[in-house]
Amino acid sequence: MHNAFAQPQTILLLGGTSDIGLAIVRALVSPTCHDIVLACRNPSAADEAVASLRADGRNVTAVRFDASQPATHAALITDVVSRVGDIDLVIMAFGVLGDQGNFDQDPVAAAEAVTVNYVGGVSSGLAVAAQFRKQGHGRLVVLSSVAGERTRKSNFVYGSSKAGIDAFAQGLGDSLVGTGATVLIVRPGFVHSAMTAGLAAVPFSTTPEAVAEATVRGLHAAKRTVWAPGILRYVFMILRHLPGAVFRRLPLG
Amino acid sequence: MNKLTPPTRLTGWGRATASGASVLPVSRGNIADAVVGAPERGALVRGLGRSYGDAAQNAGGLILRLAGLAGDAVLDTVQHTVTVGAGVSIDDLLRVTVPQGYFVPVTPGTRFVTIGGAIASDIHGKNHHGEGSFGNHVRRISLLLADGTTLEISPSQHTELFWATIGGMGLTGAIVDATISMLPIETSRCIVDTTRAHDLEHILTLMEEGDDRYRYSVAWIDLMAKGRHLGRSVLTRGDHATVEQLTGSATSSPRHYDPRVVASVPPVVPVSLINNLSVRAFNEFWFRKAPLYRTDEIHSLAGFFHPLDMVGSWNRIYGPRGFVQYQFLVPFGQEDALRHIVERFAASGAASFLAVLKRFGAGNAAPLSFPAPGWTLALDIPASFSGLGEILHELDHTVLDAGGRHYLAKDSHTTPQAISRGYPRLAEWQDVRNRSDPTGVWRSDLGRRLGLIA
Ligand SMILES: Cc1cc2nc3c(=O)[nH]c(=O)nc-3n(C[C@H](O)[C@H](O)[C@H](O)COP(=O)(O)OP(=O)(O)OC[C@H]3O[C@@H](n4cnc5c(N)ncnc54)[C@H](O)[C@@H]3O)c2cc1C
Ligand SMILES: NC(=O)c1ccc[n+]([C@@H]2O[C@H](COP(=O)([O-])OP(=O)(O)OC[C@H]3O[C@@H](n4cnc5c(N)ncnc54)[C@H](OP(=O)(O)O)[C@@H]3O)[C@@H](O)[C@H]2O)c1
Repeated sequence: MHNAFAQPQTILLLGGTSDIGLAIVRALVSPTCHDIVLACRNPSAADEAVASLRADGRNVTAVRFDASQPATHAALITDVVSRVGDIDLVIMAFGVLGDQGNFDQDPVAAAEAVTVNYVGGVSSGLAVAAQFRKQGHGRLVVLSSVAGERTRKSNFVYGSSKAGIDAFAQGLGDSLVGTGATVLIVRPGFVHSAMTAGLAAVPFSTTPEAVAEATVRGLHAAKRTVWAPGILRYVFMILRHLPGAVFRRLPLG
Repeated sequence: MNKLTPPTRLTGWGRATASGASVLPVSRGNIADAVVGAPERGALVRGLGRSYGDAAQNAGGLILRLAGLAGDAVLDTVQHTVTVGAGVSIDDLLRVTVPQGYFVPVTPGTRFVTIGGAIASDIHGKNHHGEGSFGNHVRRISLLLADGTTLEISPSQHTELFWATIGGMGLTGAIVDATISMLPIETSRCIVDTTRAHDLEHILTLMEEGDDRYRYSVAWIDLMAKGRHLGRSVLTRGDHATVEQLTGSATSSPRHYDPRVVASVPPVVPVSLINNLSVRAFNEFWFRKAPLYRTDEIHSLAGFFHPLDMVGSWNRIYGPRGFVQYQFLVPFGQEDALRHIVERFAASGAASFLAVLKRFGAGNAAPLSFPAPGWTLALDIPASFSGLGEILHELDHTVLDAGGRHYLAKDSHTTPQAISRGYPRLAEWQDVRNRSDPTGVWRSDLGRRLGLIA
């Protein structure tokens, strides 16, 4: 159960090696937190994270999870419940950025990326929601992206998958009103992480730690959406309404 | 199994812990059926939801609201007892018994609690130093068990289950009705002495030296005062007034009792009205308006015991993020720990009004009863205050290292470890509960969060 400060006792990170996801987990760990499960494509890749989170008798485990295999998602949630009991907080942090130039040549690769980012989010999100309804509480954090607010020519496959998962998460949040469960949508801008390594930073770039801090504040205040950094909410209010001809010429990478 | 209604979002009085449960209004006649048909996540009785945290919530399960009519209460004027349904509120009960010359043996700072809630939290009042907690005055309980049967329990019948139910937070069964010893009173007024104390040392000394001369005693501490004002307080002590002590118009209606709610906070307050400035100003005003020393003032029962009840839904002034109440106890001799905690809050700058200090007398036989000889401090703070979670976890250690504990009816933040340290008889209580409820039908969010139940 969460306490009055939105400190969870049990956490499931979907995308157990994600830089942003792990930063959020670290920011949420308090003396009340006794179980953390990192769900990863390759659990042994999380060894270091498991070791660093294990303290004060806290149980930390890594389990296998592949976002591109929707048929396995309900069973994963059941398995996690059997390990930790009620799941207080789920962070959906998996995702692939891909390369738009490559996607233009390889539509199948593009479809695979969308399967991870969007389809995997839908199936795991619904499995989580079913468990939340059953347990009568729970918070789901969905890592969306400003890339989904207005898709850019340089990454519109990724952007469209983020637009999809964002819209899905909004509807899911509405459908959970009254159940005791909630959804928080996090829309970061450019974050320095493994996903963006080697890419040139754009204006308002930020860090996983800063995104984590904004997320924790959002959870504490029971917000429905947070932007990181916060100013992007206003930047995108404008960008969303720019005429296409102007938008295309902006140096947004 | 019952057909479950769609979940309702429930919180405690602090409005900072939320979960969904299916809510079912029940009466004495059908409560057993509801329990037998309880879903996998169990059942719990919710009284008036005046516990601050998640004690009266059962996420994903069933919440029973037990109806009760004060008019059905049976007053025994020979034994000085009342037999009353557990769903009846102290508010409704007093409206029946005060005009007949009886007061409840223990009252909390609000009359909007049920008899069931008073027993399940083993509540304490301003008379704890002399008369103990609510459970000390319970003569018998009719308890609905997990299997749908009803058992008579009392200090001499099923003794273990009786004491596990006192302070048992609804996790041993549903209290259906109870017989309570009542306090005969001559009038519906109190006679009150007020003293201002200039710092913490002063207030502790005043209480140590004088409390035993009074039936009721409580101090209000300004936790925002620092330096040489640290711990400045207003101490009010008194007793029920006798007919002889009344003067003026009160003499013609010595037992008149009709307390009113004079104002209500609207349902939606978009932001918290509680902040450092507003509370500092309020505390200053409250301290200065109190007389330096005044004796034998006549107060109404409601004015003396339940001043907050004059404002309906006052918990909403904290805005949508709600607030927490931190209430702990440290044994006598651990005044340094108390001082440390008062200093920590004063230095934190957290907006806190309504910090209440009491001296507890002897505890009772209930394994989960909160009171024990020592000092108890209760303070309200906005949940949004930055870093408050960390401060409270830190102070939990101070409390536990001093041999103290936290009050379950108020808790909304601590850990299972803190509770098992503070309540060394927890395992004994769990053993009694497991025997009377082997499949774990009675469940609550508090029980899950703090590891009271498996
Ligand atoms: C302004 C204010 C002042 C207060 N002052 C004090 C004080 O001075 N001293 C003090 O001790 N407390 C105080 N309290 C706390 C309050 O007295 C307790 O939380 C009390 O239990 C609330 O009663 P309720 O009917 O609202 O119960 P709820 O809050 O609804 O429930 C509390 C617990 O009682 C259980 N319960 C309720 N009814 C039954 C039943 N029929 N059978 C079995 N279990 C049941 C519930 O399951 C739950 O575990 C105060 C609270 C407020 C809001
Ligand atoms: N970085 C940014 O600029 C930025 C901006 C906005 C939004 N976001 C979003 O934030 C989230 C976290 O990103 P990040 O920056 O932390 O990047 P990251 O460190 O690369 O994390 C992405 C995670 O997704 C996992 N993953 C990829 N494919 C998977 C699959 N099929 N099944 C399971 N897991 C899979 C990766 O696991 P492996 O270790 O196995 O690859 C990795 O743990 C993503 O949803 C991303 O879209 C990022």
